[in-house]
Amino acid sequence: MGLFSIFKKNKEKKEEAKKYRIGMEKTRKGAFSRLTGLFKSHNQITDDLFDELEEIFVMADMGVETVVEFIDELKSDVRTKNITNASELQPIIVDKMFDIYLKGEIVNSNLRVNKNGLSVYLFVGVNGVGKTTTIAKVAHKLKKEGKKVIIAAADTFRAGATEQLSIWADRVGCKVVVGAEKADPSSVIFEAIKVAKQGNYDVLLCDTAGRLQTKVNLMKELEKMKKVISREVEGAPQDTLLVIDATTGQNGLVQAKAFIEATEVSGVVLTKLDGTAKGGIVLAIREKYNVPIKFVCLGEHLEDIEYFDIEKYVYGLFADIIDENDE
Amino acid sequence: MPFESLSERIQMSLRRITGRGRLNENDIDEMMKEVRLSLLEADVNYKVVKMFIADVKEQALGEKIMKSLTPGDQVIKIVHDELKKLMGDEEAPVKYRTSGGPSVFMLVGLQGAGKTTHCGKLATYLRKKDKKRPLLIAADIYRPAAIQQLVTVGKQLGIEVFEMGTETPVKEIVSKGIAYAKKMNNDLVIIDTAGRLHIDDVLMKELDDVVKLAKPDEVLLTIDAMMGQDAINVIQTFNEKLPLTGCILTKLDGDTRGGAALSIRYLTQVPIKFVGVGEKLDQLEVFHPDRMAGRILGMGDVVTLIEQATENIDENEALKIYEKIQKGVYNYNDFLKQLKWIKRMGSIKGLLGLIPGLGAKLRNVDIDEKQFLYIEAIIGSMTPEERKNPELIAKSASRRERITKGSGRSYQEVNNLTKRFDDMKKQMQSFSGMSEDEINYKMKTGQGLPQQKVKKGKGKGKGNFKF
Repeated sequence: MGLFSIFKKNKEKKEEAKKYRIGMEKTRKGAFSRLTGLFKSHNQITDDLFDELEEIFVMADMGVETVVEFIDELKSDVRTKNITNASELQPIIVDKMFDIYLKGEIVNSNLRVNKNGLSVYLFVGVNGVGKTTTIAKVAHKLKKEGKKVIIAAADTFRAGATEQLSIWADRVGCKVVVGAEKADPSSVIFEAIKVAKQGNYDVLLCDTAGRLQTKVNLMKELEKMKKVISREVEGAPQDTLLVIDATTGQNGLVQAKAFIEATEVSGVVLTKLDGTAKGGIVLAIREKYNVPIKFVCLGEHLEDIEYFDIEKYVYGLFADIIDENDE
Repeated sequence: MPFESLSERIQMSLRRITGRGRLNENDIDEMMKEVRLSLLEADVNYKVVKMFIADVKEQALGEKIMKSLTPGDQVIKIVHDELKKLMGDEEAPVKYRTSGGPSVFMLVGLQGAGKTTHCGKLATYLRKKDKKRPLLIAADIYRPAAIQQLVTVGKQLGIEVFEMGTETPVKEIVSKGIAYAKKMNNDLVIIDTAGRLHIDDVLMKELDDVVKLAKPDEVLLTIDAMMGQDAINVIQTFNEKLPLTGCILTKLDGDTRGGAALSIRYLTQVPIKFVGVGEKLDQLEVFHPDRMAGRILGMGDVVTLIEQATENIDENEALKIYEKIQKGVYNYNDFLKQLKWIKRMGSIKGLLGLIPGLGAKLRNVDIDEKQFLYIEAIIGSMTPEERKNPELIAKSASRRERITKGSGRSYQEVNNLTKRFDDMKKQMQSFSGMSEDEINYKMKTGQGLPQQKVKKGKGKGKGNFKF
């Protein structure tokens, strides 16, 4: 059964997805709100309709190449399945979006856990995407799940980064390991691992300085941090999470590629989804590089973070269409 | 492969249209498709692309292109010129207050756009360029440690920061800050505001209040160059709610093509005034529309290259070296001098990236900048006599061995360097006697650059390899 019909029939699922629906209200109100109108104004399937669909998906930053392929597939579906009525396209579109992400696999958004002790999570990304705030939110979430959490402030470069993290950690009520100003970030992480082991912590979250993927030296620095982590804790880092701002455009793909090469990124955190941006680039990242999304941030408060759920995300995008068909 | 340059795309579509001397409308459509995809991949807004393509197509259908022997180049030129026109033909300077207290600038934008850093960059830039005495006001009372960040930035630059902690209302901080600036004889005040979503009405109102109170001369929207399609929503909303006077486009030192810049100009009349090109506090530049046009098209940036060259290379010196090349007396001292010029111009990869057509290809190439240090080390271990007469080294294996020991590099590297130096010298000499057309021909037919010879078999030749 496709996602479209699942949500149409299942009230409980809808209730679960409510937070996405609210958080992504502004997202949906942008280009996607036009989808509903689009299907009202078009009965026939025409080239114009496909053009408008293309526009809507490009505007969601889904990745130009991904969109072009997507529209081509839709067109061939129309031909092979003999679809003549535009409204028949709706469920196909929703389900196809779902397929782009899943690619026939079971995608698990849970964090990987080290069963024999400390789990280390490394957060990486370009400048200004919200790494530090995300770490506070993740710390808060894991703490509520009953984990003993410690944070390493390995952004020793940006002015005020350590203070920012410390203030957040205070609010969450968790310990931060801080290095000297301009200290080697790897040394801060090394120290934090030591403290974490001694204190029997379950989880270590490592904040790193924002870096553009074009800076070779800074990318090498990340490799080093990763090396230190895997030397000190077996199988660590359990996850390396690339933090991406929902407003990011096509450059998101380049970012993903570069960070994957340097640190074997295993998951994406999508931030600032409470604006009008759609964050569609993460779909392209998953499609092209197979990296799943693990968390989405839907607001400025500590609680505004959710494990990523593709069903809920797609529902968040298309709630208007799905619910309307319901009535 | 995404992110090909527009010129590559156009050439490809032209190749599909084979064997016909002239283009018809369908061919132009075909090319416009490529232009369209290229712009979309640069994050230019979809609607802007649509309008833009319609404009360009109309021009492209004109006689000139249809009859031209190089229609691809013509189309690119039209697109480039049109882009340039749209982004404002000239640079837009900042406006200062002429009487009644210090000039007031205010930076606004989304979270993470780079406001705090750019407050510092702008202050130091204007202090240097316009001899201003700036004061920074820390009015971001929301983000944890934002004030500490600005204070640290101020300390690094030796620029005073006015702050009242996070408990005082923003309006009060700003009015007291401006009063303080008057007292301290600062002639420029730059206000750092908290990042906020454009749809956050409460916080947008707060900014509006500050504007009414401080009557800023410049309200600058700080915007991330990596931003995607949503950029127009942000820009339009900020522009509706605040009297924006300009934009600062940040994080342009990455590999983003920065199509948002085009959308900004197309949909609002707000000029882009500055671009942030690095993490260091002196890495702020005035916005150049023509360079941005080239960048959005993935065409490289020859103007910047030439500018950097003229800034860093002494013309007289260059002429002297050219004469030496002609006479065939070019030596290691000249080589070293040229290396230093190149190094002064910035990173090699950055420089090569500015060359049209190379940018995209270099995206995944890693250039080891240390190679230059090694070359310098090797030349540094030569005697003055040897530097003047490269033949001495070429002829003597024992000299090369001595240089190897002195420089701490391998014998092979020394050998390579001397060999390549010889090849290069011959090549340059042969070029210098030629006319421009001859050089072009040679380059095109692949006879241009010296190929490194691959040695076949062991023990052949005169290089006595001993390790």
